[in-house]
Amino acid sequence: MSETQSNSHRWTMVIDLDRCTGCQACVVACHAENNVPVVGSVEVTMSRSQHWLRIERYWEGEYPDIQARFIPVLCQQCQRAPCEPVCPVFATYHSDAENLNIQAYNRCVGTRYCANNCPYLARMFNWFNPYFPEPLNQQLNPDVTVRSRGVMEKCTFCVQRINKAEDLASAEARPMRDGDVAPACAESCPAGAIIFGDLHDPNGRVAKLALDRRGVVLLEDLGTEPSVLYLKGGASHAA
Amino acid sequence: MQLDISRLRGVRWPQEDNPKERLMLDPLPQDEQNRMMMQPMLRTGPGFWLTVVILGSIVLFGLFGAWLYMVRWGMGVAGIRRPVFWGLFIASFVFWIGISHSGTMISAILRVLNAEIRRPMTRAAELMTTFALACGGLYPLIHLGRVWVMYFMIPAPNQRGLWQNFQSPLMWDLLAITTYLIGSTIYVFLPMIPDLAMARDHTTGWRHVLYKLLSLGWRGLEYEWHYLRSALKICAFAILPIAFSVHTIVSWDFAMSSHVGWHSSILGPYFVIGAIYSGAAAVITVLLIVRGSMKLGYFLRPEHFDFLAKLVLVFSFAWTYFYFNDYLVEWYGGDWVGRALLTFQARGPVAPLWYAMLFFNIVVPWSTLWNKRIRRSPVLLILITVGINIGMFLERYIIVTGFLRRNNMPFDWGVYNPRPVELSIAASTFALFALLYVVISRIIPLIPVWEVIEGQLSHSRRRLGKVMVTSVAEWD
Repeated sequence: MSETQSNSHRWTMVIDLDRCTGCQACVVACHAENNVPVVGSVEVTMSRSQHWLRIERYWEGEYPDIQARFIPVLCQQCQRAPCEPVCPVFATYHSDAENLNIQAYNRCVGTRYCANNCPYLARMFNWFNPYFPEPLNQQLNPDVTVRSRGVMEKCTFCVQRINKAEDLASAEARPMRDGDVAPACAESCPAGAIIFGDLHDPNGRVAKLALDRRGVVLLEDLGTEPSVLYLKGGASHAA
Repeated sequence: MQLDISRLRGVRWPQEDNPKERLMLDPLPQDEQNRMMMQPMLRTGPGFWLTVVILGSIVLFGLFGAWLYMVRWGMGVAGIRRPVFWGLFIASFVFWIGISHSGTMISAILRVLNAEIRRPMTRAAELMTTFALACGGLYPLIHLGRVWVMYFMIPAPNQRGLWQNFQSPLMWDLLAITTYLIGSTIYVFLPMIPDLAMARDHTTGWRHVLYKLLSLGWRGLEYEWHYLRSALKICAFAILPIAFSVHTIVSWDFAMSSHVGWHSSILGPYFVIGAIYSGAAAVITVLLIVRGSMKLGYFLRPEHFDFLAKLVLVFSFAWTYFYFNDYLVEWYGGDWVGRALLTFQARGPVAPLWYAMLFFNIVVPWSTLWNKRIRRSPVLLILITVGINIGMFLERYIIVTGFLRRNNMPFDWGVYNPRPVELSIAASTFALFALLYVVISRIIPLIPVWEVIEGQLSHSRRRLGKVMVTSVAEWD
């Protein structure tokens, strides 16, 4: 395994808000990749829609001079995550190996404290057992656990893909290359607004984009050190 | 000092209360007091059984019906949702832990301070702690998404080397509540021993066997009394910091989070004072019901309710002071989410509850309890104290479910309405609390008769100059 190397990874996602069209392809791709159940209209009206990645839509300006702004929000994989210390059983914890915020479904008892303490509201609870209506049941991803009722879940940065790419790299006895890993959302984004990579790779796209002066992180004042960087205000809001 | 009486003509001299109105100065023979306590305990008429059956079926329906239904199908049958992940369950949890607070605390403070007025009230108050903890302690289990793996939270060695996260306020909670339950159970049991021995000597049959077992061979020898008094003193002192810590830790479940409105350093003392406030009101309600239903008017007199009502009024002042502090700082700070929260509280869907809370917790007690006649009127007192507990329940409901509806991400602001499953579980714990009291009132003497007699023995009337005064002999 490549555990010695992986320590140096700092998986980071850059989301270019000026490119995001709000098409929700990433949301669908995420559902498909991660076996996220479709909860149905009744539950959605109870604000129990279960999206690991959601497009938040905000209006800017007043009608008729109005503009929709989209922010894809997912687990920010905080380096200092508020959800981690409050879990009584270490079901959510920081993995040093992957530098990610891990959710151990088998360990979760369902206190939902982590969800209350997540300032980004990235955590989803399984209110019922998952149900996959035809033909969604035909396309479950064998690499991802289907979660039972009563456990918390959230975006993993498609950790199964990261692990697979690391295995492949170590099998081919080579270091990880930029672009080896792409989570489902980044892969599916038609506008190419989501870029994923290792911040510690100085030649990678992510490391270069991180220097962009449009870069912001969500709720920076909370000091959570998110791993998701947003680029905002380029073309339409030139300073 | 001589007073010129002629200049005070027209002034009404305060009437000295009839000393016989005071329990401590109105002693009856020991046998008679014992009989007064034992008789209603042995009386289990149709009214008693009807109450037990009604309360029992509510408990069965709520805890074994609604709860199991929720366990079977998932937490989704309750009204909690995103972003209000904690709902009525946690509000009820905080409420019951708050109620549990006062019984032991009031009893321990009064015992430590040698307040003679406490004597007939301690037992019923202490039992309230135990029963409220039993009800409140259920909620952390009820609200677990996977209650069948709740043992993950118990620090037990296991072959997988899994351990608990003692950084989590929920683990502090677990430890604090179990410590408090054990401590307060010991504290309620110790002074019960002489009364259980008394009951043993007055009963036959299964009761006799039970009391013989529970009274641990108490004979009333001098050294036994000596040990009991020392142990009680130690326990009374020891339980106080535990009681304080428990509700502080309950408040930390909220205060330790980063959520706006919860993340406040005043929440610890504020929750403690809120707990004492609601608990003291509940002590009055419970004592009034016990007094009425078991005809214990000899032991529980207007003077006791007068005293407790004064306490409630003082706690109401203190609670309001803390509430105002918390509110003002949040509002003045000007953080936009905090402002949104306060506006939501005053104008949003919880606004009626918020104004009701202010009415029950501030307006009503402040405008009534200064009046001695109201403080001594059982009917009014029961209305006022039940109102206070409605208000305190609303306060917890707003803090838990109201504050969660507003957060840093306006796109994710939400609503919350409890559903029948939650409501029936919450109702069932109220029924459980009442049921435990009803059943125990026939098993355990709710008045510590020995303490009353001890107090009466140490009280006497003495002439001091021209006036009669009450003097109390101290025990140590």
